[in-house]
Amino acid sequence: MADIQLKDLVKSYGPTEVLHHIEGDIKDGEFIVIVGPSGCGKSTLLRMVAGLESVTSGEIAIGGRRVNELEPSARDIAMVFQNYALYPHMSVRQNMAYGLKIRKLPKDEINRRVEEAAEILEIKQYLDRKPRQLSGGQRQRVAMGRAIVRDPQVFLFDEPLSNLDAKLRVQMRLEIRKLQQRLGVTSIYVTHDQVEAMTLGDRLMVLNGGYVEQFGTPIELYDRPASVFVAGFIGSPSMNFLPVEISTGHATLPGGGLLPVAAAHSGAATLGLRPEHLKEDENGPLAIEVDMLEQLGASTLIHGRLHGTGHSITASVPGHAHDGIGSIRRFSAAPELTHLFDTVSGKRLAV
Amino acid sequence: MVEHRPLTAFLTHLVLILGVIAIALPVWITFVASTHDELRMNQAPLPLWPGEYFLENMKQTLFGSGLSGTESAPVWLMLLNSLAMALMISTGKIAISLLSAFAIVYFKFPFRMGFFWMIFITLMLPVEVRILPTFEVVANLGMLNSYWGLSIPLIASATATFMFRQVFLTVPDELLESARIDGAGPLRFFFDILLPLSRTNIAALFVILFIFGWNQYLWPLLITTDTSMTTIVMSIKQMLEAAEQSPQWNIIMTTALLAMIPPVFVVIAMQKLFVQGLTETDK
Repeated sequence: MADIQLKDLVKSYGPTEVLHHIEGDIKDGEFIVIVGPSGCGKSTLLRMVAGLESVTSGEIAIGGRRVNELEPSARDIAMVFQNYALYPHMSVRQNMAYGLKIRKLPKDEINRRVEEAAEILEIKQYLDRKPRQLSGGQRQRVAMGRAIVRDPQVFLFDEPLSNLDAKLRVQMRLEIRKLQQRLGVTSIYVTHDQVEAMTLGDRLMVLNGGYVEQFGTPIELYDRPASVFVAGFIGSPSMNFLPVEISTGHATLPGGGLLPVAAAHSGAATLGLRPEHLKEDENGPLAIEVDMLEQLGASTLIHGRLHGTGHSITASVPGHAHDGIGSIRRFSAAPELTHLFDTVSGKRLAV
Repeated sequence: MVEHRPLTAFLTHLVLILGVIAIALPVWITFVASTHDELRMNQAPLPLWPGEYFLENMKQTLFGSGLSGTESAPVWLMLLNSLAMALMISTGKIAISLLSAFAIVYFKFPFRMGFFWMIFITLMLPVEVRILPTFEVVANLGMLNSYWGLSIPLIASATATFMFRQVFLTVPDELLESARIDGAGPLRFFFDILLPLSRTNIAALFVILFIFGWNQYLWPLLITTDTSMTTIVMSIKQMLEAAEQSPQWNIIMTTALLAMIPPVFVVIAMQKLFVQGLTETDK
């Protein structure tokens, strides 16, 4: 078990800087999810912690020990790869035991650990099979097993669920979470899937273009997104954005409606409204011209445009919606559930 | 495409049968010739059915001094020489090209691509082109009339290096990374992971190289003067022009038959791996 410190971490490939001064303190036993769109540098960051990529500048410390110059095997970590990276010519047992064999652990100790991990992951009956004889979910478990037997200080997961089908992904997600809580090992998990990120992480690090946009608990990210990017990335369906003019506690919507907001600020701003926070209200300032309805059963998504403008907007209403394509429906939003961002920098405006 | 028309079926079978005859007939004649005595083999027409001298011919060829009236080594020694040469060439080639491909694919060193192209360019230089300088070097090293002289100059192989490079490039990077996290050093990774993964390719290459080594003619002819180092392939040619007498076809054909057996055995024994090695792309 160990904490991890990332101090002013920079990664460059030649003259191109891909990660910019990353800072982060990860506490012992915490489950951290690094999330962001493809190409944001999240896998690179994970691989730097693993020691598979060099550090250009800054420092990575695991358990208070600087590890920049250490080989991956000396960092006391275990990694689960996206394609599992099981050795195809070895049986499940050999796959799991390989790292321990290299560390020259006694045979019965290796056996004990492998059996124990196989027990936890329910793969005991597959121990003598080859990876190609297993399904995707089973291979995933073997890859986890290989990480567990090492008894490392840190688990690193590189999009481990992205090769599984949707149902299995939900199931494995729960199992990974349970396993991590049971073992209490500090973990870093990389994904581009925001649902996975929200459900797994104690804290989330949102990366965009090599910058940390926000580092906080899922609820913090949802309730108080630090930027337009985080606001749009976290939450499904994603947040609506409208250019507004703020004055004396009101936002003037495009098309003329007045929405009360909690803001000390005045001038131009970007208003963010989550679809699930829009309430139907006959006198509401948001008039939505309905283009399309998406029935989700428990709720209905109303896709439309702000009346009289081209701004598309989505609202989520409970229950089944009656058809009404082309009609105009009015909504309002509580001032404390509105978000305001700077129009230029995209940063959240202080209330 | 599967068609069931009688005419096409007839034609395909005709072509196949003609092909089989073209390949099998000489082998059959070799076998028939090895079962008759010398007298019968010098009469026309040539026999097409086996006679009863097979065992005698075999005994004389293998353990006698071969052709009567010459002083060549017994054929069993030639077989042994050929086997040693072919095995040394094929295992040597595989070992060296595996290691050089490993270096080129997995290590970053200065002029890496330069070395790769240097190896690649030697593809254009067959043995015959560099035979004189190579002979000079081998002679100066005192390796004439030895197994080392027979095999070492033929051991480096650009083709095999290139092939293993392609094989190693298909091994996913994650396996290397996973092995690094497991604490495997470069050599451990090579022996524990790369070698087992290239098993079928090694087998396929072994078959090809063994036959290549076995069939060497020009090089052994140049560097062996001692009859105890003669290889079987060169001896067949020598037998034909031995002494000033009519060729002893029964003995020559028995020798040829014996010369065919080891390559055929290697191909049959490794057939499955051979085909897998040449066709499988999945790692």
